[in-house]
Amino acid sequence: MAFDYAPYMRMSKLPHLWCPGCGIGIVVKSLIRAIDRLGWSKDDIAVVSGIGCTSRAPGYLDMNTLHTTHGRAISFATGIKLVRPDKHVIVIAGDGDMVAIGGNHFIHACRRNIDITCIINNNNIYGMTGGQYSPTTPHGAKAATAPWGNMEPCFDLTKLAMGAGATYVARGQVGNGVQLERLIRDGLDHHGFAVIEALSNCHTQFGRRNKLPDPMQLIKHIQDKTVPKSKAEKMDSAELAGKFVVGELFRDTDRPEFCDEYAKLQQRAQAASKKKTAVPVA
Amino acid sequence: MAKAVFWTGNEVCAEAAIAAGCRFFAGYPITPSSEIAAVMAQRLPEESGTFIQMEDEIAAMGAIIGASLAGVKSMTATSGPGFSLKQENIGFACMVEAPCVVVNVQRGGPSTGLPTHPGQSDLMQTRWGTHGDHTTIALAPAYLRELYLEMIRAFNLSEKFRVPVIVLIDEILGHMSECFEAPTPNEYTVINRVKPTCPPEKYNPYEVQDGELVPTMASYFEGYRFHATGLNHDKTGFPTTHPIVCHQDEVRQLAKVSHNRAEIDSWEEVMVEDAEILVVSFGSTARGAHSAVLEMRKQGVRAGLFRPITVWPFPDEEVRRLARKTKAIVVAEMNLGQMILEVERAAHSDIKIVGCQKVGGVPVEPYEIVAKIREVA
Ligand SMILES: Cc1ncc(C[n+]2csc(CCOP(=O)(O)OP(=O)(O)O)c2C)c(N)n1
Ligand code: SF4
Repeated sequence: MAFDYAPYMRMSKLPHLWCPGCGIGIVVKSLIRAIDRLGWSKDDIAVVSGIGCTSRAPGYLDMNTLHTTHGRAISFATGIKLVRPDKHVIVIAGDGDMVAIGGNHFIHACRRNIDITCIINNNNIYGMTGGQYSPTTPHGAKAATAPWGNMEPCFDLTKLAMGAGATYVARGQVGNGVQLERLIRDGLDHHGFAVIEALSNCHTQFGRRNKLPDPMQLIKHIQDKTVPKSKAEKMDSAELAGKFVVGELFRDTDRPEFCDEYAKLQQRAQAASKKKTAVPVA
Repeated sequence: MAKAVFWTGNEVCAEAAIAAGCRFFAGYPITPSSEIAAVMAQRLPEESGTFIQMEDEIAAMGAIIGASLAGVKSMTATSGPGFSLKQENIGFACMVEAPCVVVNVQRGGPSTGLPTHPGQSDLMQTRWGTHGDHTTIALAPAYLRELYLEMIRAFNLSEKFRVPVIVLIDEILGHMSECFEAPTPNEYTVINRVKPTCPPEKYNPYEVQDGELVPTMASYFEGYRFHATGLNHDKTGFPTTHPIVCHQDEVRQLAKVSHNRAEIDSWEEVMVEDAEILVVSFGSTARGAHSAVLEMRKQGVRAGLFRPITVWPFPDEEVRRLARKTKAIVVAEMNLGQMILEVERAAHSDIKIVGCQKVGGVPVEPYEIVAKIREVA
C-alpha cells in the first residue's frame, strides 16, 4: 500500500511553491517516512528552517514549525532544544543557508553535539534567489553570479561536519529515497548532533545553466557522481576523485550530548548552592 | 524582609531578570555588558534555568526567540557592535511576536568605538535599528533600584504585548555599584503571556478578538502545532502577500504599543511645574542633569527636569505639555544629538531648544548642563 503522507502534512497549504520535479519534495517525503517509522508524535517535533526554497518545508509539515532568518535556523533550534531537551528538534535548510551565511552556527552545533538533526538539501546553488553560486557549487559550474564558471573551491559538507564534531554524519541523494529515509531515520534516532546531506536537484537554477535542465537528467547526473560507502572502501583516491560517497559516513555514540551535560551542570550548581545557603551566618 | 544589596548595574540586570521569571539566557561576550552573562551563567542553573554562550550575537538573539516560542522567558545582553548584529533577529521577534528582553549596555562611539567607556548613541538605533516598520519598547532607567524594577517591567511588557523589549543602559550604570533595598516580590507583579484556552484546531496564532490587539500565545509542544515565520502572514500564521491583510497586520503590530501608552509610558518630573528652563535627559546623564537643576534652583533659576524612563515610545504628549509652559529646553545626552530630535518634534514650538551633547566616553558633567541652562535662561 502506498505510504500516506497526509497525516503529517498541512494539506490545506498545498499546492507547494516548489518547481515541478524539485528534489526538495523527495527529501521532505523521506523525512516524513522516517518520522513515521520512529512513531514520533507530531506534537513532540519542532521543525526549524532558515530562508530559501528548502527552508519553506516546515510550512507544509503539521508539526511545531519555525521559519527563521537566513542562515540562523540552528540558533533558534538550539534555544528550543535547550529549554525542551525532552522533545525532538529538526533543522532543514539549503546549502547556502546552512554553510554560507549559517556556517558559523553549523560548525558550533557540531562541536557542541547538541541533540538536533540537521538535514541539508544540497542542490549546489542558491535556488530561491535565482541561481547564484553557493559554497557547494562545483568548481567550473555556471551560476548567475559565475557566468564564466565558478572559480571558487567548494566544501565537502560531510567532512566539514565530521571535522567540527558532529557525531552522526551521512550523505544520501534524491535518486534513492529508500536510502535517504533510512539515513534520516538513523540521524533522528541518534542522540547527538546528526547531519544528513541530501544531494539534490535544482534543475531550474543549477540545471538550466549547466546543460541539465530536466529534473530526471539532473538526478541521473547526481546518481552517476555517487558511490556507495561499501564500494568506495575498495576504491583508491584516484578512482574516488570527483565522486561523492553515500551512506552512513560516521557515527560516534560515546561523545556526551550537550543537553545531558547541561542537566548535570544544573545538578552540580544546585547542590553547591544548597550547601552555600546551609552555612549558618555568623 | 527587605534585603540590602550592593550590586553593579549589570548584576542588577541579571538578578532582576531571574526575579521576573527569566529562565533562559543566550549571549556573547562584549564589554561593557559581559558581567550580565557571567552572573546568568552562575545563577540560572541554580534556578533550573539555562545559560548558553553562543558563537555570536546573531545566534544569541535567535536562541532566545526559539526558547521564548518554546514557552520560556528569555533574554540576551550586549553592547555596541553586538547590538548591531542582533538587529535582523530583533525584527524577526517583532514579526513573530515573540516576547523577549534585550539589554544594551551602551558604550561610546560608532564601530568598535570606546569599548570601556559610556555612551548614549544607540538611542535611535534602538528605535529604528531593524528594517521595516516595527514597534519598539525601550526602557532607560537611571538608578540601580529603578533598573531592577524596570527589568521586571521589561519582561512584563514583553509578555503582555508580545514584543521584544530593550533595556537601554550604559557603561556607567552597568559598572557602577549602588547600595539599595532589593525590591521584594510584593512591590511588583510578574506578568506571563496569555495562553489560548480554545482547542488546538480552533487556534489561530495571530487572531485577535474584537477590540483587542495582542493574540494569545501557545508554546511549542503543547498540541497547538502552530507555524511562525518572518514572512508577512495572516492570522493563521502562514505567509500571505495579500496587500490588505499585510497592511492591517502591520498596523495592528504598531497599535499594540501606540494604543497602550498609559501602561507603557513612564517618566520622572523634577520641579517642572514652575520651570522656566526645562532639562530633558535620560539614563545616567539624567543623574547629572538632576544635580544641575538643583544647583540652578539654589542660584534662583527656575529649572526643572523631565526624565523619560520609557524612551520608546517617546513621551511626546508630556514634552508638548511642558514645552508650552517653558521658555527654553536643554536636552542633555551622551551623543551628538538624538533625543533632541524627538524633543523638537514633540515640543512642536518656537521656543529655544538646545543640546548639551558630548561624546568621547566621558559623562556630561553637571557644570556643563548648568552652563547651558545659563546660556538660555
Ligand atoms: C540576510 C539575508 N541575506 C540574503 C537573503 C536572500 N536569500 C534568500 S534565500 C537565499 C539563498 C537560498 O539558497 P540556499 O540556502 O542554498 O537554499 P535553496 O533556495 O537552494 O533551497 C538568499 C541569499 C536573505 N533572505 N537574508
Ligand atoms: S528553484 Fe530550484 S530549489 Fe527552488 S523549487 Fe525550483 S528547483 Fe527547487
